[in-house]
Amino acid sequence: MILCTEDEWQQTAGDLIALWTDATHAYALYHPGILRAVALTGGAYPALDAAGAAWFQRLAYDLNGHVATGAQDTRPAIEHYRAPDGTAAWPEFMPITGEGVHQIGVGPVHAGIIEPGYFRFSLCGEQILKLEIRLGYAHKAVLALMRSKSPRVAARFAARVSGDATVAHALAFAHATEAALALTPPRRAVYLRAIMAEIERLANHCGDIGAIAGDAGFAFLDARFAFHRENLCAAAFVAFGHRLMMDVVIPGGVAGDLHTGGAAAILAALDGLETELPALTRVFEDYTSLQDRLIGTGIIPPPLAHAYAAGGVVGRASGRADDARQSPGYAPYDTMTLQIPVANAGDVAARLRIRLAEMTASLEMVRHWLRGLPEDGIAVAPPAGEGMGLGVAESFRGPVWVWLVLRAGVISDIFIADPSTAHWPMLEHAAPGGILADFPLINRSINASYSGVDL
Amino acid sequence: MVWRTIARHLFSSHAGPRRADPAVVQALRRKLQAAGMKTLGRSLAIRHVAAGSCNGCELELRATQNLIHDLTQYGLSFTPSPRHADVLLITGVAGRNMVDAVRQTRAAMPDPVFVIAVGDCAVDGGVFKGSPMVGGGAEAILPVDLVIAGCAPTPGQIIEGLLALLEANAQLPRRRR
Ligand code: SF4
Repeated sequence: MILCTEDEWQQTAGDLIALWTDATHAYALYHPGILRAVALTGGAYPALDAAGAAWFQRLAYDLNGHVATGAQDTRPAIEHYRAPDGTAAWPEFMPITGEGVHQIGVGPVHAGIIEPGYFRFSLCGEQILKLEIRLGYAHKAVLALMRSKSPRVAARFAARVSGDATVAHALAFAHATEAALALTPPRRAVYLRAIMAEIERLANHCGDIGAIAGDAGFAFLDARFAFHRENLCAAAFVAFGHRLMMDVVIPGGVAGDLHTGGAAAILAALDGLETELPALTRVFEDYTSLQDRLIGTGIIPPPLAHAYAAGGVVGRASGRADDARQSPGYAPYDTMTLQIPVANAGDVAARLRIRLAEMTASLEMVRHWLRGLPEDGIAVAPPAGEGMGLGVAESFRGPVWVWLVLRAGVISDIFIADPSTAHWPMLEHAAPGGILADFPLINRSINASYSGVDL
Repeated sequence: MVWRTIARHLFSSHAGPRRADPAVVQALRRKLQAAGMKTLGRSLAIRHVAAGSCNGCELELRATQNLIHDLTQYGLSFTPSPRHADVLLITGVAGRNMVDAVRQTRAAMPDPVFVIAVGDCAVDGGVFKGSPMVGGGAEAILPVDLVIAGCAPTPGQIIEGLLALLEANAQLPRRRR
């Protein structure tokens, strides 16, 4: 960690990943893991210019009451009840003037089986002029719940920051704990974790690709991808005892070994998916009516993705060749060359193609690891030590970062940065210009987590 | 070509070993036939409200609709409109920021309404119990008729729970027309 003066703090150190505060300091995390801190003066710290800093600064105020001096955007992030009398004191949405301009509010209860959030569209006819997103409906104060718990106990919360990325979140948390305690998990555990992480990626990519096609009216593709997603979840249940693989990754290793018949179940699910994947991919290529909905829709131009240091599929579809599995990298990916698919179009079609390309790579990796698992045990117990640790894991959305401080064997402070934090503001940028009917497609192609940012 | 792909899947059986446990599926279907066919004579429409979950429960709820679990075969379906809904299904801790939205959704539904809490979070706060943002699950906002516990409950467990509701509903006295 680098302790800065206020002037040094305000100078950028590259791509800003996250910003948070504890009782005494503000912290800024830059790619690929440079941590800077500045002392708080009177509960305040200088605001950073980076586009991605805005959300974190709003969040730091809502969580800890710390003020980013000079920040432009001081709207609440997740706290709906700022007024002392407990009433909602949300600032009004931006007023819209102009002939024929109207607004549509959507949420927090959405039409489908989706998490809660509120979207305020300003439209002229069908055309979206502006989108403002209000989050915080899924706020559960998870960081507060993790404090003063031992890492093993707190892992249950880490696994539930964003349930669809439970393996990646638990893994980033485990990495942070292991870094703080200088703990090395057994190699078998490392490979089992990676197998779970790639199954999670495959399952979610199946869900997203299918849902995008479904939103474009291709129910057949939706059904087929949902079928493969189901097979992967069922295989995960056989192999690890939980369909989403919750609570299997723990600090120091994994909670349980691969169950009997697990490898066979996983391989069968992979085979089924791999056999059908070319035919399903061809549907995307063959149907102009489908391409018409996807190509040029919801464009996130590369400069915007760079400004927000967007990770994951969204970043890679907009020209950023970043993948936390490779940079900063962690075991077991650090000993192999990862093919990172990149595109520049930044539209829904590009995000879909990146997902398809990643699926092929994940299929191969899981097969490869299942063939030769090391036999050296599944976990070591974390000692009751002290220290600060930073951990990362590439979820299907992008990098999940966890920072924590351990004192006397329990967590004294923690921050978790889900990649969605960068994705939400980009959705606000990607929607305008398109028509309202394309919004579900754009939203789904980004698929930001509500729970992951609401904390 | 999509038609060729469709045709292949119409006539090929998925040899994949991943199928829902046929015994469970059979039992569920029989249960429904016994319960639903006899007295209900109609299907139930469900309005789901995610009230602060980790999104794990939503994944499993959505999975009830896939080809394997095929929720609609039991006459159960999700509806976007509360006006069409018979069941209010709540996932998540029902934390402070969702209280109004849950109440408004309930108010928009015509009586009678069955309220179901799905997942440990909605049952009593689950792992998030004790958080200042969490008031003890869906019951803290509305009277809950049925709970389906689990973290996350599997699609099979969710369907079984819903079928139990159908069965109980069948034993209620008939409404006068
Ligand atoms: S019950 Fe478990 S899976 Fe469901 S929302 Fe709560 S934490 Fe997530």
